[in-house]
Amino acid sequence: MTNRGFEKHYYLMLLPGMVWLILFSLVPMLGIVMAFQDFNPGLGIFKSEWIGLENFKYMFLLSDSKTIMFNTIYIAVLKIIGNLLVPLIFALMLNELRVIVMKRWIQTIVYLPHFLSWVILSGILLDVFAFKGPVNGMLTFFGVEPILFLARADLFPYIVVGSDVWKEFGFNTIIYLAALTSINPALYEAAAIDGATRLQRLRFVTVPGITTTIVLLAVLSLGNVLNAGFDQIFNMYNPLVYSTGDIIDTWVYRAGLQNLQFSLATAMGLLKSVVSFVLIVISYYLASRFANYRIF
Amino acid sequence: MVTEKTFGAKAMDILLVIILLAIGLLCVMPIWYTFALSLSDKAAAAAGIVRLWPIGFNLNAYDQIMSDEKFIRSFGISLQRVLLGATLNFIVVVLTAYPLSKTTRAFRPRNIFMWVLVFTMFFNGGLVPWYMAMKSYGLMNTVWGLVFAGGLQVFHIILVVNFFRNLPKELEEAALVDGAGPWYTLVRLYVPLAVPVLATITLFGIVYHWNEFFHGLVLMSSTDKYPLQTYIQQLVVTIDTTTMTEDEYKKLSELSNQTLNAAKIFIAMIPVLIVYPFLQRFFIHGITLGSVKE
Repeated sequence: MTNRGFEKHYYLMLLPGMVWLILFSLVPMLGIVMAFQDFNPGLGIFKSEWIGLENFKYMFLLSDSKTIMFNTIYIAVLKIIGNLLVPLIFALMLNELRVIVMKRWIQTIVYLPHFLSWVILSGILLDVFAFKGPVNGMLTFFGVEPILFLARADLFPYIVVGSDVWKEFGFNTIIYLAALTSINPALYEAAAIDGATRLQRLRFVTVPGITTTIVLLAVLSLGNVLNAGFDQIFNMYNPLVYSTGDIIDTWVYRAGLQNLQFSLATAMGLLKSVVSFVLIVISYYLASRFANYRIF
Repeated sequence: MVTEKTFGAKAMDILLVIILLAIGLLCVMPIWYTFALSLSDKAAAAAGIVRLWPIGFNLNAYDQIMSDEKFIRSFGISLQRVLLGATLNFIVVVLTAYPLSKTTRAFRPRNIFMWVLVFTMFFNGGLVPWYMAMKSYGLMNTVWGLVFAGGLQVFHIILVVNFFRNLPKELEEAALVDGAGPWYTLVRLYVPLAVPVLATITLFGIVYHWNEFFHGLVLMSSTDKYPLQTYIQQLVVTIDTTTMTEDEYKKLSELSNQTLNAAKIFIAMIPVLIVYPFLQRFFIHGITLGSVKE
């Protein structure tokens, strides 16, 4: 049933959202031209000198660029793997738990870190991993020398990945748990009657039942290959760990807003945006082609 | 449900319970430790002997914060931002989601709008162009900058659109027959039916605005305009960005007032800890229903 007269009301409803979108998402995109200029804030984007791809050429000559790109991809890929596997294993374990009340309680508890900010969590992690903190206390107990964790460049990426997985695994189980509840219970009954053990039921009923979900999540995470997590690293890093912990986003912040190299920072940001966008488009194409996934 | 009564099966159940409890503890222990630290004696905290229980219990840190004008002002700015930001988010998301939940027959350009939204979710101009735009809009040093700067929450809109689309069509048709217009249908029919997903986006909106620190950092020129998270970021977490040695780093972290910092961190967590259990029962429902499509 349609009523053409309603369309003007629909436009009116969309108006505030569209104004917000245009001013805060679309207009800033025009600023991308700064990447191709020798931007001078005094002259603005209309009068600054046009220099084509000079910023990009200069960017690739910087020794920083290689480091931050490697760090970004390394940390992001480890995070993707951890954030796919750990919640999966946890969801499978939770699914096997028979005590429903306990299941609820554990779920409530593990979702919590997701809702805390990286500012808060970094503050907590700084205490936990402090030189005289509980983690070092435990190490001392086992006879290991205390470690100044957050000043160690060789450990930094793993602390970042580990704490991110710790923060997000609970929340990430939601989607797996939803997939698990959609498995027909009759399949378990049938498998049991056929004499399947608990592990066999897990292997031949549960896992095949959620394979589509796993593959889908893996494909969609392709778009995150350049997202190493600005909020987290910005709050956890320090100059001692720049060699392994500095990523594109933190570099763009320092170059653009602290050192005022607007054009260079815009160019680097643009490179990241474009590559990410291409990856996201590919991943959604694959997801829609093979898993019949649609965003809306 | 299939159950087994063998000894092996029972042992496995018990082992599972122990592992899951341990994982649960792992999630709360760091938070609990911070709380214990905030209630401890300063010297005990600096000596690193506090573990899971406060040593030399006292409330000095909290007393000190209660008379810290800067902290209280930042807390106030954050509350103001959450109130304005989450309300605005709710209204705009609901208004935008309703027309977009219509079929292309009922609202012809629906798909065009959807694709524009999705595009902005996946592509952005980057930090510097965004910053320049904020500056040119005059959104520096005002709470409105914090409210608007995050942009339209496209993900929330998609959740609500998908939820609306799963509501039975007959309901709207019945309303239409009774002479209800789109505004009446949205407010009196769709909003009450969509409580789970609307509670979810409200929770997300509140948590987003409470937790966001970066806009405060780049849009505010003086520390007394910082929202709470930015205040904590600057005073507790940030380490001076000049080059330094490991020894300097160690000294710096020993100099900081651990109990006071822990208390600040804990207070900044409280609003999330309060809101979260109430809305928790909604968001699982809201997310899974909102992401299921026909």
